[in-house]
Amino acid sequence: MMEKMIFGRYVPADSVIHKMDSRSKLIIIFLFVCVIFLANNAVTYALIGIYTFFMLGMSRIPIRFLYGGLKPVLWLVLFTLVLQLFFTKEGALLVSWGPVKIYEEGLKMGIFISLRFFFLILMTSLLTLTTTPIEITDGLETLLNPLKKVKFPVHEMALMMSISLRFIPTLMQETDKIMKAQIARGVEFASGPFKERIKAVIPLLIPLFVSSFKRAEELAIAMEARGYRGGEGRTKYRQLSWHLADSLQLVLLGMLTILLFLLRS
Amino acid sequence: MDISLQHIDYRYQANTPFERLAIEDVSIDIPSGTYMAIIGHTGSGKSTVLQHLNALLQPSKGTVKIGDREIKAQQKNKNLKQVRQKVGIVFQFPEHQLFEETVEKDIIFGPLNFGVSEPVAKERARKALKQVGLAEEILEKSPFDLSGGQMRRVAIAGVLAMEPDVIVLDEPTAGLDPRGRKEIMDMFYALHKDRNLSTILVTHSMEDAARYADQIVIMQQGKVVNQGTPEEIFSSPVELVKMGLDVPEVVRFQLKLEEKTGMKLGKIYLSIEELSSAVTEALSRGVRS
Repeated sequence: MMEKMIFGRYVPADSVIHKMDSRSKLIIIFLFVCVIFLANNAVTYALIGIYTFFMLGMSRIPIRFLYGGLKPVLWLVLFTLVLQLFFTKEGALLVSWGPVKIYEEGLKMGIFISLRFFFLILMTSLLTLTTTPIEITDGLETLLNPLKKVKFPVHEMALMMSISLRFIPTLMQETDKIMKAQIARGVEFASGPFKERIKAVIPLLIPLFVSSFKRAEELAIAMEARGYRGGEGRTKYRQLSWHLADSLQLVLLGMLTILLFLLRS
Repeated sequence: MDISLQHIDYRYQANTPFERLAIEDVSIDIPSGTYMAIIGHTGSGKSTVLQHLNALLQPSKGTVKIGDREIKAQQKNKNLKQVRQKVGIVFQFPEHQLFEETVEKDIIFGPLNFGVSEPVAKERARKALKQVGLAEEILEKSPFDLSGGQMRRVAIAGVLAMEPDVIVLDEPTAGLDPRGRKEIMDMFYALHKDRNLSTILVTHSMEDAARYADQIVIMQQGKVVNQGTPEEIFSSPVELVKMGLDVPEVVRFQLKLEEKTGMKLGKIYLSIEELSSAVTEALSRGVRS
């Protein structure tokens, strides 16, 4: 049921992207999110598309798997498209069909915004698919380290993040299990009138909440029992290492940025 | 109600890098009124088999027959509610499924979903609570105020109140103390006899399988490796040990006894009482001769 979900899931493989330093991946994602807003015409969007799919290709994540996992999000992308299509009223009128009017600007904006959304989702999924949660947090912690000077709780933030990433699959499993138990007791999650379906969520959510609280408490006790007392003086077992490939990736993104500046209208 | 699994395969996460064949070519017949134990190690596929018994999972290959209903691979299956009312499943750690404000509301949740009227459901709740050995006073309490053992019993009562024809138990006594374990297992056995239910017990306790089951299925790495009555299964203990499975203590004792004393009892006994009377008889015969 939930087994197709790919968010926060790591797919082990032997690829260039997998081997990259998590710091460089994080920097690239962060920059990518900014750079993507430079695109404002067909050529620049195409460039970003090529870049995204190039990265995907290098990661060796099977496209079919990616497609299966992203299907629910694709609906969201489609929804953005439709929203833009109907609510932007600028440019030449393209289609007039009763009360439905589609304008040129609307079509353009719709396609561009949903494409931007789509590429963002692909790139961010790529990060979690190719990087273990622990690598991500380690990378984030090192990158944010300077913020410690202004008393920002970097270590605690990183820990919180790694805990939430770590428990995504666990919660999925739990959800699946409780869903099945309630289906066996006659609940219908996937069919029936809308009101009934909303009501059906209660027998799922309450047990999930209860077990999450329990789990949180157990985890806290286990951490204390093993002498956890925050990040002070804590050393690292896993050392991050920056390679040539990481620098090259950054250069590649830099080149993309320059191209975008030159080609945007 | 007869249930029959015919050559079923099940793949988890088909078409993903995590694809895994959980069970392969499993065929099991469960005629009405059978008490069947499915035994195997963790990861042997027994829980996957269990979920096919009321169509929670649809086989990737093969056919599952539940009463008159046929569930085939590669085919949309709708209106499974009837099947699910007839086959009640007690999952591992069933107390995790509790959610209502009071014990009563939680127990009648299942029956109400299957269209039983509220007064009848409440009557059933009382009956089910008695069956699991809890006092009526707790009906108004919150299930989350109960002890772990009581929560387990309430959850089981919730399944019993659906009055299924087939009851499927997935390690129902995991994590209970020995006394609670025996009480629950005896309760299910009494229910099995009284209501002429079919019972399917998924377990790794050989003792329970030997004590209660008429039929035993042994699973290993997603396949059925042996199937038969407890006497048949335990008469070749060497094979069981080879598979890394335990032989019940009684059987082990009998085998050791036969080996050490050269006494031959002729058949395998599955309870201490039977074995001790057989040994006494053999000894007294021996004394006489």
